[in-house]
Amino acid sequence: MADKKPVPLEFEQPLALLAQQIEALELQIGENPGGDLENDLERLNKQYDQLKRSLYSNLRGIDHLALARHPQRPYTRDYFDRWDSSWTEMHGDRKGADDPAMVCGLLHLDGINIVAVGTQKGRSLRDKQHCNFGMPQPEGYRKALRMFHHAEKFRLPVVCLIDTPGAYPGLHAEEHNQAEAIAVNLLELSGLTVPVVAVVTGEGGSGGALAIGVANRILMLEHSVYSVISPEGCASILWRSADKVAEACQAMKMTAKEILALGVADEVIPEPLGGAHQNYELAATSLKSGLVRHLKELATLAPEDLRKNRQSKFRNFGAFVEA
Amino acid sequence: MDLKEWFANRKKKTEQGEVKQPLTTEEYCALWTQCFQCRELLYTRDLRSNLDVCPKCQYHFRVGAEQRIEQLVDAGSFVETEAKLSSADPLGFVDSEPYPKRLLEAERRSGLKEAIITGVGNIEDQKAALGIMDFGHFGGSMGSVVGEKVTRLVEKAEKERLPLILISSSGGARMQEGILSLMQLAKTSSALKSFSDAGLLYISILSEPTYGGVTASFAMLGDMIIAEPGARVGFAGRRVIEQTIRQKLPADFQTAEYLMSHGQVDMVIERHKLKEALAGLIKFHGQALKPSSVIQQKGAALYSR
Ligand SMILES: [Zn+2]
Repeated sequence: MADKKPVPLEFEQPLALLAQQIEALELQIGENPGGDLENDLERLNKQYDQLKRSLYSNLRGIDHLALARHPQRPYTRDYFDRWDSSWTEMHGDRKGADDPAMVCGLLHLDGINIVAVGTQKGRSLRDKQHCNFGMPQPEGYRKALRMFHHAEKFRLPVVCLIDTPGAYPGLHAEEHNQAEAIAVNLLELSGLTVPVVAVVTGEGGSGGALAIGVANRILMLEHSVYSVISPEGCASILWRSADKVAEACQAMKMTAKEILALGVADEVIPEPLGGAHQNYELAATSLKSGLVRHLKELATLAPEDLRKNRQSKFRNFGAFVEA
Repeated sequence: MDLKEWFANRKKKTEQGEVKQPLTTEEYCALWTQCFQCRELLYTRDLRSNLDVCPKCQYHFRVGAEQRIEQLVDAGSFVETEAKLSSADPLGFVDSEPYPKRLLEAERRSGLKEAIITGVGNIEDQKAALGIMDFGHFGGSMGSVVGEKVTRLVEKAEKERLPLILISSSGGARMQEGILSLMQLAKTSSALKSFSDAGLLYISILSEPTYGGVTASFAMLGDMIIAEPGARVGFAGRRVIEQTIRQKLPADFQTAEYLMSHGQVDMVIERHKLKEALAGLIKFHGQALKPSSVIQQKGAALYSR
């Protein structure tokens, strides 16, 4: 969507207002060139840059959430297409379904052959429904699992892109045992002897995200979020109010920076100023170089060490008192 | 004193106005329990001695971890492990109340330090590693401590080559520890991977209710999965699903019997038969629990008796 004008979010309104003023002034100058209006324009442009920089470096949790859920945010296929325009898609769980909310494929990533999986959201309303708003069915997790086994068999590293509100609260999903599908992925991912790198590119929603997130390295895009429950769910349970989403975001510490500080994320990948949707190419390139760097580092580990590295990483998560 | 004296005393007391006061509501509730299913008023002591199963309609009440140990483990054989672990407050979490305050409150109400008790005990003379969750403590939610205790138990069972039994009862991951709670799903599942690769036996028991992150990790990873009658088990809760799909769900949705008919559990076993069933399953798989060297030595003789 780099050619389409980004839709401003609520917290971006001051910026949008200033942009309108600048546009109006430019129009005026175009009609009457010369004069002191040029100075005003320069001043306004400077102000705009300053505001933009300070705005995006002081975001609240709920602002990051809005950026992570931005309707124009690049999705899994947008990254795959930019990394390797001729990537090969792999379909189906071999058991009766091909979940469009989980995209799997074989990619060349800067000369490295990888198995890539990622949750997929839709752009148009039809696409959104087709992809179930980025919420895989159990079949989607099992399709990913098939690819993990493929990677293990052919000694290929795995890259997982996470952008999902979570698992789907639906009848089919429960009857087909989504809890088991998620649990088995956690178990099997932990045992792989090839490198696994996961990236939260947008929303990292609970168990549905973790199902493709048990990795040697966990990266997060600058404005992505990762949480144990959706902030809406948290607000309705703990505050008993749908209006307390901002409070829930803050309390759960779900931004990339906070997840890094808690020791769960290993690196925060910077996004183009204003968010990944401002510049797809730049976002894809910067994520790719981060991924390649981590994959090259992990390539130095022996197969058994890759498994141990991943298991000990997760073994150490938790905070408690022992006395 | 003899009966005559006793009556005389009683009469005297009554005359002096020392009759027993009627029970307070609290005492009354402790004495009697109404069955959730058939509404029968049950004498609590009788209910307890019937393993918390309604004698009239067989409704299986929730069981606390300590009672469950009494019901399942040979008397005097249980040795608790990791009793010293307690929750920290890694996020400085505050909603309407700070998390540490809620923890104290949970401890006061349940008498437990955390939502699981782990240890080693005998089931009909067979040693097993046991983890028993307690819904009465913080809704049985899994935070860092529950995850750590389960993980240490799995590691201990692997090291000592013991069968592992986990009894789940949980509302899911504990929100107050944020992402660290979510990571406990992966931590416990990862420990079970090594355990399973070592050829050891894990029996998962699902009890009323088991949801969310616990279902989506160790509870669904048993070599065998047993559910208690009527227990409700799932990932997403019934109400959330109904709100999402705008559709009424079947009355027996997510019950043990429903899970059974959808291929999600091996068996539904009533509480009175649970201990015997566990003992039988452990015995059946006993060969696998011997050190791997012994199994290898026996080689082809493995199947002969
Ligand atoms: Zn009853």
